[in-house]
Amino acid sequence: MNNRINQLFAAKKENILSVYFTAGYPKLNDTGSIIYELEKSGADLVEVGIPFSDPTADGPVIQQSSHKALENGMTLNLLFEQLAGIREKVSIPLILMGYFNPVYQFGVKEFCEKCNETGIDGAILPDLPLDEYLENYQPFFEKNNLHNILLITPQTSDSRIRQVDAASTGFIYMVSSSSTTGKNQKVEDFHQDYFERVNKLNLKNPRLIGFGISDKATFNNACKYASGAIIGTAFIKSFNKKEPVTESIPKFIKSIIG
Amino acid sequence: MDYQVDEKGYYGEFGGAWIPEMMYSNIEELRKRYLEIIYSSKFQEEFTSLLKNYVGRPSPLYFAKRLSAHYGTDIYLKREDLNHTGSHKLNNTIGQILLAEKLGKTRIIAETGAGQHGVATATVCALKGIKCVVYMGALDVGRQAPNVKKMKMLGAEVVPVYSGNKTLKDATNEAMRDWINNPVDTHYIIGSVVGPHPYPDMVARFQAIISEEIKWQLDEQTGNELPTRILACVGGGSNAAGAFYHFLEDREVELIGVEAAGKGIDTNETAATLTVGSPGVLHASKTMLMQNADGQITEPYSISAGLDYPGIGPMHAHLFKTGRAKYLYATDKEVLTAALLITQKEGIIPALESAHALAALEKAEFAKDDVTVVNLSGRGDKDMETYLNYFGY
Repeated sequence: MNNRINQLFAAKKENILSVYFTAGYPKLNDTGSIIYELEKSGADLVEVGIPFSDPTADGPVIQQSSHKALENGMTLNLLFEQLAGIREKVSIPLILMGYFNPVYQFGVKEFCEKCNETGIDGAILPDLPLDEYLENYQPFFEKNNLHNILLITPQTSDSRIRQVDAASTGFIYMVSSSSTTGKNQKVEDFHQDYFERVNKLNLKNPRLIGFGISDKATFNNACKYASGAIIGTAFIKSFNKKEPVTESIPKFIKSIIG
Repeated sequence: MDYQVDEKGYYGEFGGAWIPEMMYSNIEELRKRYLEIIYSSKFQEEFTSLLKNYVGRPSPLYFAKRLSAHYGTDIYLKREDLNHTGSHKLNNTIGQILLAEKLGKTRIIAETGAGQHGVATATVCALKGIKCVVYMGALDVGRQAPNVKKMKMLGAEVVPVYSGNKTLKDATNEAMRDWINNPVDTHYIIGSVVGPHPYPDMVARFQAIISEEIKWQLDEQTGNELPTRILACVGGGSNAAGAFYHFLEDREVELIGVEAAGKGIDTNETAATLTVGSPGVLHASKTMLMQNADGQITEPYSISAGLDYPGIGPMHAHLFKTGRAKYLYATDKEVLTAALLITQKEGIIPALESAHALAALEKAEFAKDDVTVVNLSGRGDKDMETYLNYFGY
């Protein structure tokens, strides 16, 4: 299967940097240029957030960015329009991340087909539970070469982690601690025992660690326990009125991996 | 049994547990253990005793003579407004606090709209000496001030929520976030038949005491345990679920839920979910929702903070879809008129929520021998300011 996510993990075993941003924020039509700048600055993977009115797993920063994005007029239809042609400019893997309801209203089958057509490699839908996915939606994802990225947390039992591993095809999103997004963590708060427990399971899928990764120190620490890590809230916070994204993004990425 | 939840947590096509993985361990623990705990003899003994001696059950089933004469039919009021704390909400919080104890939880969180569920939760937490945090939309904190003060006096921390429309939906979002951040020591007492399985079923079972009592009380007073119809207001739908529960299989009993139309179903200011909504997923449940074509939840509106919610319990979505229950709606204006009528005909000031059920009396067609039961889910103390402003006393 020729999926850019698998190619990335085959080629790079450590220090993978994945960056999340909310589509439509700070400005409605920034989507393409943010992705382009992220690739140019050295991000390995980009997660494009589909904004939702009721983001129950997110902290204040991503809530605010979603709210603003919707106010700006972002919709899933518009996002696909903005992403059409993205593969002429960008070659790193792209993932769409969002809550289930907008995807459900779009049509899950249509969503998967549209992702395939656009060159999207994976989807993260945190409130689409494993059993619903397996029962009703897995064939749509597989047919369209779209990885459904599933989450595990420190509370997830070993047996459930194995189920998640069996159902996963790209990588596993390892939530660093039990929290909504954007909780500031200190390096010493890391659930080292949880990461070590997961590493001992010899899973077939690689892992990225997300939630609470905000700077070089937390990124480097997470990378000790997985193939890489995901930054969202801290990246969204880095947008500012003074600098265009062409300046703020390289600066931010450099602060993490420079 | 077509109307009960199945083993996967569905009522027909509605329900389920659409939870992010962060909530999985808590929901799974509840799902595995709730029935075993609730039906243990020790739990039942304590639950029954508290309902009797603390809540004040059974609540009366009162024949409303002057209201009956007004409508030309027999109307009985199920007086949930006479429960301790002033509404049906305490039935559920008593059940859930006992369950939380059995699960070894030491911290309780809740969402509230009108503040009735918040007060009922703060009350049982005081009763058990357990820490309590209540999330409440900032707009509701303003419009239901007496309940906010009660919760504080009861020792609860009330956290105003400033996102969205600052009402019940937003309070629920924030409570879910709290639970994600506190997955070990905390139990989330959801106040209605909404949220992920097993909540809708669990809350319905705790509220089912309402219909259980209606049956024997009606039999005692009329010689027939079955009324012609039952009317109850519906936001999330917990008092209606309780009032319908033991009549679901009695097909001859007409079940009528009444939604909040706000300023009218043709306006943008409404909360009549079944009338204007469509299927979707919110608050971890697949149900009927008020939403736009892009799947974004639209902001509801009702004069009554307790019905100001863009979703509805999956059980009601199923009863609506199958036609087992009928759902009407009442506008703010109709509700205020109905509240004044019962106040001056029966000497009972109802909660704005419950007045929706009473407003539907204007829309029902009665035969002379009909027996209509209205679930009077709460009392109007908390709404006095709204009433006084509107009627200008």
